[in-house]
Amino acid sequence: MIQVISVIAYLVGAPLLGGFLDGCDRTVSARMQGRQGPPLLQPFYDLSKLFHKQILAVNSLQLLLNLCYLVLLAIAGAMLFAGADILMCLFILSTADMFLIVAAASDSSPYSSIGANREMIQVMACEPLTLLMAVGFYLTTGSFQVKDIIAQPVSAVVMMPGLLFGFFVIMAVKLRKSPFDCATSHHAHQEIVKGLTTEMSGPTFAIMNIAEYYEIILMLGIVAIFFINATWWSWIVALVLCAVAFFLETLWDNISARLKWMTLFKGCWIVTLLAGGINILVLMLIR
Amino acid sequence: MAKLAKSPWLLHYDGSSCNGCDIEVLACTTPVYDIERFGIYNTGDPFQADILLITGGINSQSESVVKQIYSQMPEPKVVVAVGICACTGGVFKECYNIKGGVDTVIPVDVYVPGCAARPQAIIDGVVQALEILQKKRDDFEQKKKAGA
Repeated sequence: MIQVISVIAYLVGAPLLGGFLDGCDRTVSARMQGRQGPPLLQPFYDLSKLFHKQILAVNSLQLLLNLCYLVLLAIAGAMLFAGADILMCLFILSTADMFLIVAAASDSSPYSSIGANREMIQVMACEPLTLLMAVGFYLTTGSFQVKDIIAQPVSAVVMMPGLLFGFFVIMAVKLRKSPFDCATSHHAHQEIVKGLTTEMSGPTFAIMNIAEYYEIILMLGIVAIFFINATWWSWIVALVLCAVAFFLETLWDNISARLKWMTLFKGCWIVTLLAGGINILVLMLIR
Repeated sequence: MAKLAKSPWLLHYDGSSCNGCDIEVLACTTPVYDIERFGIYNTGDPFQADILLITGGINSQSESVVKQIYSQMPEPKVVVAVGICACTGGVFKECYNIKGGVDTVIPVDVYVPGCAARPQAIIDGVVQALEILQKKRDDFEQKKKAGA
């Protein structure tokens, strides 16, 4: 019963909470830059505007592919919030990304194609650590099931701090934060116009944005399961630390410049090897 | 502001300006003027833009570009001509290569005079454009309903 409620809460609440977090992100970013910034609910005004725009479709496929991206992200998140297999959740997450890449590659704009290529590189950069993280959860708790992982007497983070650090870096890539926003960026200007989303307009772009809100909540959900254990107060700790993690991502976004794709790729793999790999080795030795 | 368009995204194009007005347009995004407080976002992508901001008069080379950018923007959309050159051609009006203001090529909704137009004037022009944008949006909705 709790599973059903939490899945429904995710499916309904994630776009709302994600949009609200995006609004916070924009306001906090503006304050960091000494500006007043947009209203807190600006992302929802943007969405309602986008749904009322004319559909300028470059082809009939793109809207469908974006919808697949949205649906798969919703499924991946629903699996996490249902307490199901975290490995499966991560596989569906990367499948969702594939649909976004195909959607961007399906139109004729060269900027969009470059964006799709770079997104592919980002997926390759992120994938090893997400898999190691799932293995880490298994070594720590003896199960891939999220409901078992969060029912341990001690939080998983005690055994896997390196993987948490690695995941923090990967999260910046997944949330398209600087210095890892080379495929497309939430900031106004980019060397490749808007990268992935260059030829997405109106409702097509709105669907992509809603999918990103699902992704924000999914990422924060994964951060949360590092901290949640059998005690009730660990949930509060996890909530607070999710907020801290999101704030740190925003801070990082504002203080760093965009990296080239090669540096991004090398950087992510070095973090994976050092933080993730050593953590896994230690886990295997002490087990 | 309640009924006005709350999320207008700007696209800025330089027709043949001396860059004076362009610098003032960029000044609007700085902390002092901060147009993002109106939800305005300076995008570089015509597919996602609502307001086209053009500086400088139009010459034979920029004519096709302006027409193409305008055609790539989805409805509803508005055009703001920033600076006297974009309004009428300004001091370059008589030049052999200048066609005149932006309205010789595409329909213009708001004219912002000045040489260079001050950031306050540009923001005022954009806020006036929001009213027109809201009206166009309502018309567009009605047309869509009538069509469907």
